[in-house]
Amino acid sequence: MYTTQPTKEVEKSTNNAELLRKGIKYILTGILFGIIMTKSEAISWFRIQEMFRFQAFHMYGIIGSALALGMAFIYFAKKFKLKDIKGNPIVIPDKQMSVARYLIGGTIFGLGWALTGACPGPIFVLIGHGFGIISIVLLGAVLGTFVYGLVREKIPH
Amino acid sequence: MNNLIEILQSPWPWYVSGPLIALVMMLMILYGKTFGVSSNLRIVCAACGAGKKSDFFNFNWKNQIWNVLFVIGAIIGGFLTDAFLSSGQPIDISQSTVQDLKALGITSFESYIPTDLFNFKALSSWEGVFVIIGGGFMIGFGARYAGGCTSGHAITGLSNLQVPSLIAVIGFFIGGLTMTHLIMPFLFN
Repeated sequence: MYTTQPTKEVEKSTNNAELLRKGIKYILTGILFGIIMTKSEAISWFRIQEMFRFQAFHMYGIIGSALALGMAFIYFAKKFKLKDIKGNPIVIPDKQMSVARYLIGGTIFGLGWALTGACPGPIFVLIGHGFGIISIVLLGAVLGTFVYGLVREKIPH
Repeated sequence: MNNLIEILQSPWPWYVSGPLIALVMMLMILYGKTFGVSSNLRIVCAACGAGKKSDFFNFNWKNQIWNVLFVIGAIIGGFLTDAFLSSGQPIDISQSTVQDLKALGITSFESYIPTDLFNFKALSSWEGVFVIIGGGFMIGFGARYAGGCTSGHAITGLSNLQVPSLIAVIGFFIGGLTMTHLIMPFLFN
């Protein structure tokens, strides 16, 4: 009788430890992302303006070199049937083909990106920097997502 | 050691930061997940009960807590960089961009954002509401409509050679160029 109680306790603590162990790597990767986005200056409203005015190579260099390495990685991951840490084959889900959805949605996103100088990643990083006003941009983005959910049946996809 | 801290504090060139962004994407793929920040906005809606209003928010968002942990990390990363890895120098923006923006009436170039445009006082004008809340709205609406933002389409999707992502990125630029060259001159004058 008294042996079952400690076993449960141990089980529970391993579960918590397991959850923490599973979760911590996402937090650490996010921290790495926040540092990179800042040091690359990709969170700068001015860098985004510079990009859309074609007045510097900086942002194109960042996106271009990220893509070159990203493409090589995914190519070799598929070629050598690389597995993820759980042992599952690496699959990047394909997106359903359409033009209207990506072109119209992308254009609306681009309008907001140029105006606020921040895409969703930098929004969170800037909040970490203490820019309180960016949390209002985030609020707007949550509202935009909610309204999309309400009207998505009525717009072309 | 001092040398290393100095290097970390100065801005990183694109050929360092670009590959590091790819590394973040690779880590997420190796964890068996996809790198996509804007999905968190949908998770926030779902967690706040938006599922009652639209089926789009009826999904098991608790399975995607990993993505929320990622953006919590991004916030911490921003805080840590600000506290320990900041050079304190203004960003070295191209002079032609500075000239163009001055012509639009922007005067504050010291921070990551133009603080004369982005502040709580600005929310009392229609222009400020359009820039801050309207801009955010377009990001959230557009990202979900297009099925992803810069991380999901421009980085992950293009790396995977997906045509939908290429179309989305073309859209990002149509929108960005229209805003920069047609709407902003009209808006700020």
